[in-house]
Amino acid sequence: MAEFTLNVNGVRRPVIAAEDEPLLWVLRNQLQLTGTKFGCGEGQCGACTVLLDGRATRSCLTPVSAAANAKITTVEGLEQQGSLSPVQQAFVAEGAFQCGYCTSGMIIAATALLREHAHPTDEQILEAMNGNLCRCGTYPRIVAAIRRAADTEPEMETRHAG
Amino acid sequence: MPADEWMTEDHLHEIRDRVRAFELDRRDFLRLCGGGLLVCLAGTAIGQESGHARGGHTLPEEVSAWIHIDTDGTVTVFTGKVEVGQNIRTSLAQSVAEELRVAFGAISMVMGDTELTPWDMGTFGSRSTPTMGPQLRNMAVAARQLLVETAARRWGVDPDTLTAADGKVTNPRNGDSLAYGAITGGEKLTRTVSGDPPLTAAIAWKIAGTAIPKANGRDFVTGKHEYPSDITRPELLFGKVLRPTGFNATMISADTSAAEKLPGVLIVRDGDFIGVVAGDVWTAEQAILKIEAKWNVPQQISSHELFEQLKKGTDSGVPDAAVEKARALADVQFSQQYTVAYIAHAPLEPRAAVAEWHEGKLTVWTGTQRPFGVRGDLARAFRLSEDQVRVIMPDMGSGYGGKHTGECAVEAARLAKAAGKPVKLIWTREEEFTWAYFRPAGIIDIRAGARRDGTLLAWQQDNYNSGPSGLETPYAVAAHVARYHEWNNPPLAQGSYRGLASTANHFARESAMDELAHQVQMDPLQFRLKNLTDDRLRTVFIAAADRFGWGKSHSTPQLGFGIGGGTEKGGFTAACAEVAIDADHKIHIRRLVQAWESGAIVNPDGLRNQIMGAMVQGLGGALFESIQFASGQVLNAHFADYRVPRFRDTPQIEVVLIDRKDLPSAGAGETGIVAVAPAVANAIFAATGQRLRSMPMASGETFSS
Repeated sequence: MAEFTLNVNGVRRPVIAAEDEPLLWVLRNQLQLTGTKFGCGEGQCGACTVLLDGRATRSCLTPVSAAANAKITTVEGLEQQGSLSPVQQAFVAEGAFQCGYCTSGMIIAATALLREHAHPTDEQILEAMNGNLCRCGTYPRIVAAIRRAADTEPEMETRHAG
Repeated sequence: MPADEWMTEDHLHEIRDRVRAFELDRRDFLRLCGGGLLVCLAGTAIGQESGHARGGHTLPEEVSAWIHIDTDGTVTVFTGKVEVGQNIRTSLAQSVAEELRVAFGAISMVMGDTELTPWDMGTFGSRSTPTMGPQLRNMAVAARQLLVETAARRWGVDPDTLTAADGKVTNPRNGDSLAYGAITGGEKLTRTVSGDPPLTAAIAWKIAGTAIPKANGRDFVTGKHEYPSDITRPELLFGKVLRPTGFNATMISADTSAAEKLPGVLIVRDGDFIGVVAGDVWTAEQAILKIEAKWNVPQQISSHELFEQLKKGTDSGVPDAAVEKARALADVQFSQQYTVAYIAHAPLEPRAAVAEWHEGKLTVWTGTQRPFGVRGDLARAFRLSEDQVRVIMPDMGSGYGGKHTGECAVEAARLAKAAGKPVKLIWTREEEFTWAYFRPAGIIDIRAGARRDGTLLAWQQDNYNSGPSGLETPYAVAAHVARYHEWNNPPLAQGSYRGLASTANHFARESAMDELAHQVQMDPLQFRLKNLTDDRLRTVFIAAADRFGWGKSHSTPQLGFGIGGGTEKGGFTAACAEVAIDADHKIHIRRLVQAWESGAIVNPDGLRNQIMGAMVQGLGGALFESIQFASGQVLNAHFADYRVPRFRDTPQIEVVLIDRKDLPSAGAGETGIVAVAPAVANAIFAATGQRLRSMPMASGETFSS
């Protein structure tokens, strides 16, 4: 066990954990940030995706020690002054969820995609999102939500950096 | 649903009779509600879901509370149904708002909490909309009538002269009005419903029938919604369970001494059950890894010999004499075999439970489609009465028929009992793929005959092990027989799955229909319509074909078109598929169009979402999902090895909804999955001439994203 300071959603949070403990469990069980989900623990489903210095990262495969010097953004950190981010708004507008368990990971992955490509091509959407599973099969609406977010907010990469 | 079908389904769902007499004390509940209006249901006055007499048991004659209207006008609705992503929380609230004449936002739903909601068998079988919908609408009408009568008394007027709308009772003659909350006025009003009050016709719906967005949708994009695996409690500890190295294993020995040395680790041993509890998940995982256990795993059937063993293990389907006689007179005779593999539900949220003991009483938050069934499991496991156990089901990360059982809840409760503190247990993905249960594999034999003009004369369909749902043909054929043959000793735990065996039976039947259409040289759609008298099924076939552009162009070796459809559980559906074959002979599913009709639509947006999802999920079973197993082990218990549909696998999808406001609303959670597989198989045949008679249709490489 060691002490780490995590920079999560703009707040410095001290935690005590084993070096190899996945960031996912520290976020969920120590910091009560349960919006980030456990789906497989094997990097295969994307439910645990967080932004690490702006990059979509599987928190289930990221040791907490490797995240200690990074800026971490979870789904709880996307709202700005009580307003949903453009991607969050688009998911609501398109009804792009059924059970919603994949939604946090989808929104984070889509946020990272739109930071890199403000107006992504179909291929860029597939490339960025194919690692995220929606077992309810809501894919067409998630793609529609990403397109909607891209159309409504071309400047989002600066507003929601990191 | 007839009683015998319940029994068969129960068997498939691994649900035994879990209904037993118990006395719920409703006084605490009423105190909790305080003043206001409470609508209750007496005994079995209305044919309600929970009122079915099954297996010789009748339900306790309790009075269940369904709707409470508080003095501030807040409406709370209580139902034992659960939300698993099918959007029933929203659509039931719409139905209540409609009949009660209040805004949708005034309704809050309490679901799947065994202490607060009326008993319910479970959320499966597409029953929530056709049974719980009318049930709650009845209660809402009773509440509205009571409010009108109370206002009428207060004003000294005839209740028939008053109107109820927008959460108020109004006297149109003088403009007087009273909000519902003010009418209840702290006074305790109770009405016990004992009849079927008149419901608002779907044609007049203003709230039901509209595309209201998912209730609490915002909480799903902010991470605020708490799933079962998100629940936390003061002093919460984390558990893990040691799994055997194979099915039906017995423990030879286990050395836990190394695990015990880890800080804060408690080992819980109870017969062959070994679990650990620790202050964090990581430590619990390390502790499990340090346990050295030896298991004796008996010889077991492997997936490579599955169908051979399956046929040996079931009674043989003797050709039916009447069907054979009709078949002998047919111009074209047909006999084929189809198979379906074992598949897994793979809900994205694995089984999860948080268990807490307090003064001999057990509370468990867990993801299940049967909270009351799990309460029974817990009561039996710990020799408690059911009123000492409370199961709470927060809206969970899906189930698809895969979360009927309560193993994880029982395990968490066992660990929490030993630890003396609340314990959370979340199954790993490998555990979910291995120790849950599976959609049964099966063989389906079809023997049929038709005249050269396309008239079906004979149809025999024998289903071995996969199940009886959707087994009866919807086509008009004079001599027909459908039989289900049970496998008493299957190699894997079998259970419910979205659509049950309907997917397998439709795959076989609609593939066979396609084969026969080609044999008599008819267009596959025309062949179906020639033998179809059911107007609702004809309508969806024609609607899907129209939207798809069926018949406008012909299949080529590069592009194939296929169609398939059917009906089950009150839903009618047909799908058309377009597949492309590339230069490397790989198959791409390019486009799917599916038409759907299930009576009056309660929420078109939720319905569209669910049908689309069923189609995507159906592609997985059709194309690549298959559990591989050997020596009592699942060989592909990871998403890396068990392929499920992803973004790249999703074709262009169109859903055509047919709203029959003149017909009662049926459930739509399941049957939307049945048409995709045969439509795709038939499209592949149209392009390649190759007939694929097994689900999944190929081993991975054939299908390209």
